[in-house]
Amino acid sequence: MNLLKNLSSTAKSNFFTYALIVGGYIVIQILSLTGGLTYSLQGLLIPVCAWIIMAISLTLTVGIMGDLSLGHAGFMSVGAFSGIIALISLEAVIPLVGLRVIIAMLTGALCAGFVGVLVGIPVLRLRGDYIAIVTLAFGEIIKNIFTCIYVGMDNAGLHFGFLLSSGISELNLGEGARAIVDGPQGLLNIPNKIVTFSMGFILILAALFIILNLVNSRAGRAIMALRDNRIAAESVGIPVTKYKLIAFAVSAALAGAAGTLFAMNFSTVVASQFNYLASIQVLVFVVLGGLKNFWGAIIAAVLLTVLPESLRFLDEYRLLIYGILLVLVMHGTYSNIIHKLLNFFRSLFPTPDKLEKQ
Amino acid sequence: MSDDRGAKQKTEMVPLPSDSIIPERDLGKMTVLETRHLGIDFGGLTALEDFNLAVGPTEISGLIGPNGAGKTTVFNLLTKVYQPSRGAILLNSRDTCALNTVQVCKAGIARTFQNIRLFSDLSVEDNVKIGLHNQIPYGIWTGIFRLPGYWKYERQAHERAMELLSIFGMANMANSQAGSLPYGAQRRLEIVRALATGPSILLLDEPAAGMNPSETTELMENIVKVRDTFRIAVLLIEHDMNLVMGICEGLCVLNFGKIIAKGTPSHIQNNPKVIEAYLGKQKEEGLAC
Repeated sequence: MNLLKNLSSTAKSNFFTYALIVGGYIVIQILSLTGGLTYSLQGLLIPVCAWIIMAISLTLTVGIMGDLSLGHAGFMSVGAFSGIIALISLEAVIPLVGLRVIIAMLTGALCAGFVGVLVGIPVLRLRGDYIAIVTLAFGEIIKNIFTCIYVGMDNAGLHFGFLLSSGISELNLGEGARAIVDGPQGLLNIPNKIVTFSMGFILILAALFIILNLVNSRAGRAIMALRDNRIAAESVGIPVTKYKLIAFAVSAALAGAAGTLFAMNFSTVVASQFNYLASIQVLVFVVLGGLKNFWGAIIAAVLLTVLPESLRFLDEYRLLIYGILLVLVMHGTYSNIIHKLLNFFRSLFPTPDKLEKQ
Repeated sequence: MSDDRGAKQKTEMVPLPSDSIIPERDLGKMTVLETRHLGIDFGGLTALEDFNLAVGPTEISGLIGPNGAGKTTVFNLLTKVYQPSRGAILLNSRDTCALNTVQVCKAGIARTFQNIRLFSDLSVEDNVKIGLHNQIPYGIWTGIFRLPGYWKYERQAHERAMELLSIFGMANMANSQAGSLPYGAQRRLEIVRALATGPSILLLDEPAAGMNPSETTELMENIVKVRDTFRIAVLLIEHDMNLVMGICEGLCVLNFGKIIAKGTPSHIQNNPKVIEAYLGKQKEEGLAC
């Protein structure tokens, strides 16, 4: 306990975030060993991992950098498509599944990070609400581009096509033909059951490691300085565009890795899955988690992904639940509800002054 | 303020050629900061015209004038928040014409703000560490992967931050949230943060605003201490005449964007143009009622 007392509040919160993830992993593993997991929950494990990564990566943009991004699902789709293309096209070259998955995720992250930089250069010159509007548009643009892309593979290698009027047959695939991306029908023939929950868990840990270390370093302080007071930050010599781009690109890259993870769990994925509703959904996780709280975003992501699925009979009303929750949160932040809840959670953890009282 | 007004009225008003003192003093003097015919227009409005100023190393100078005279505009021009329409700014004899705010800071100008601009959600120590940003040169990957450089530079940054904070007696507040500090401490923290950037000249925009007399006295001591410890020049905007007359070695008075007087505090106190700018024209004797 003494050790915990001496840590700073950020170190405590980071420790709690890691402990939450590791604890959650152990609980799930025990449940699955004892058969306590229902079939539908098992199917949810990897998507939940992906949404957790989305939530913490958007927390970096919205909570730490302070810019509202509504196109985060766009980066997820970049990661999903590029990662899966890499995964399938490397099938013959790298037989080792684990290594291929890692390469696929890295490809997804790099491509999404690159797109993040491209989008970030014009977008981050804007301020406030305009960033939200333009990122929303970019998210939709990325989604629409992916509905026009055709990728196939034959023995000669990869074939790319864009806006083909008569579909993937225009690629004239030769022997050993295999369609990977078929325009509006999205990713096809994704190798099934290639990722495990443990891989998702490791990816979450890696994402947390990158983001928490970034936030608690020189660059992270610079990013938070820009959020708190841009003019003052500039006056002490912090280049605005550079650090905003870094934060945005890291956030996009992690969303890309999450997208790859997400897509690998399904046999087909269409681009329209990554529409603005998905972006808003991730934003709901972040807002519900308390904007700057990584562990809050994680809990919100788990709850809001598992809850609608376990309330399947209400499935059509899923978005209604999101809406009501958002309204409640917005109401709550201006009233006592949140404070009461926070105080309740605080009372669960020992604080220095409480220990002294005892 | 009232004492000050009394002092002015008591002294005999000897007209002085307003521009004759400083240029002589400036001649051949080493300067940290020099402006030549600096001017800026906002649309049709000329906010500053023909502004010439020279600040020597380790000199404490004051920029005074009535509200709206263009004092803060001068600071914003020096730090390149605004680009000057005319004229040149020389920092250590180097033209800062092509530099932006960030580069000007790296070149050696640090400033505080009239309305406090702290990183209020961050801790006091982090605020100072952000000021040290360009002195702790490890890159983003070193930070993410916690390479040896991270630990080395973070320790250095911590030690330096605590050292700077203890100069202003704020070391015990290092872990509090900057926004939760009392007003005077926030002003001091802004100065500490500005000093952390390692400037050769420190611009203070109304450092004593909202302070009580004892806090102001402490601030005056601190400003002199800063100058003596860091061997830097200080240029300050201030309305508190006790502070200005107490510590400034040279003064420059602005009114309507123009310099109306320059000189030592005692000269300025007696300058009729300055008194006119602050108090208005004296009524002719026969009309007084």
